[in-house]
Amino acid sequence: MSFINYLSREINCKIVYYGPGLCGKTTNLQYIYNKTNPEAKGKMISLATETERTLFFDFLPLSLGEIRGFRTRFHLYTVPGQVFYDASRKLILKGVDGVVFVADSQIDRMDANVESLENLRTNLAEQGYSLDKLPYVVQYNKRDLPSVATLEEMRALLNPSQNVDFEAVATTGVGVFDTLKAVAKLVLTELRRGGGG
Amino acid sequence: MVNPQMVMYEEEFNQIQAVVDRLVKEANAKVVFIVDKNGQLIAQSGDIENLDSTSLASLTAGNIAATGGMAKLLRENEFATQFHEGEKANIHIQLVGKRVILVVIFDARSSLGLVRLRVKKASEELNSIFEGLLRKVQEPGRDSPFAEITDEDIDNLFND
Ligand SMILES: Nc1nc2c(ncn2[C@@H]2O[C@H](COP(=O)(O)OP(=O)(O)O)[C@@H](O)[C@H]2O)c(=O)[nH]1
Ligand SMILES: [Mg+2]
Repeated sequence: MSFINYLSREINCKIVYYGPGLCGKTTNLQYIYNKTNPEAKGKMISLATETERTLFFDFLPLSLGEIRGFRTRFHLYTVPGQVFYDASRKLILKGVDGVVFVADSQIDRMDANVESLENLRTNLAEQGYSLDKLPYVVQYNKRDLPSVATLEEMRALLNPSQNVDFEAVATTGVGVFDTLKAVAKLVLTELRRGGGG
Repeated sequence: MVNPQMVMYEEEFNQIQAVVDRLVKEANAKVVFIVDKNGQLIAQSGDIENLDSTSLASLTAGNIAATGGMAKLLRENEFATQFHEGEKANIHIQLVGKRVILVVIFDARSSLGLVRLRVKKASEELNSIFEGLLRKVQEPGRDSPFAEITDEDIDNLFND
């Protein structure tokens, strides 16, 4: 749920990167962080285990510029992907304005992608949200690796309703900003419609 | 949708800021801030020069969400108050109503007893301000300033 502040003339929106463990969610945020001007970003926070697996969430506040005199600020979050962190994932979805589903393109991760997407739907439904109504973008990550599924296969499996989608290599930044811009755009468009609930 | 849009107007903001400013003084606190449950900073006061309040806000909300999750598992109501004691700084976290979180950071110049007392009064005041705000937001005919934005406005945001 976005937060409009008439006094500081700011609009704050929350975007969550969802997906199976190790698909590249944290890498997306790290790339965005590294490529953003210092004045447009806050500190990136990672609550991670000693082996750098996301424990609770990563958080990156970003300022994208002004619309009609309002500064647009996006709070990017990632969820921990491991199955046993489901309770944490639910918490992070609270108040979400837009979702990016990051899929791992490797063939042997397709089951994990499908499971994570179902988990996303379930957890959103528990909060009274529906993926079909939320601003939502799909990213097929790790396109650089050798044994990946084809784009057509991934679309059929993970994006049958043809939401906006991108191929990506988060480690080198391919598709990372395209994904962010697309979801930010959908969130702002939703605000115009007076949604943003 | 489940949650109505969170909006802050000048009138309510000034009321909230007044409560927060007063709380800093009356509780001898270093810093007081208010965060909404989604992690967005609403107001702050005190020694905030070198404070990364955006990060603190997000972590506070994460903390409240996590203890709220624990409470649910224990079939407990939400834990409305939390206190963390450090060597120099202490942090007192209070849930106000169901939507916002009041955080007080203080050191040896104050005491937990004093902070508790002042927080209690401040939360009652804040609660009524936020209830009023919620009613106002839900009044019909209050259009979002974004109702009129164009595709071009949105595209321009990304053309740099
Ligand atoms: N080859 C390749 N590796 C990637 C890509 N994106 C992420 N990785 C690697 O995959 C691992 C897990 O990434 P991470 O962002 O921590 O995954 P998360 O669990 O979704 O947060 C790391 O070693 C990354 O460097 C990619 O596009 N290509
Ligand atoms: Mg991660």
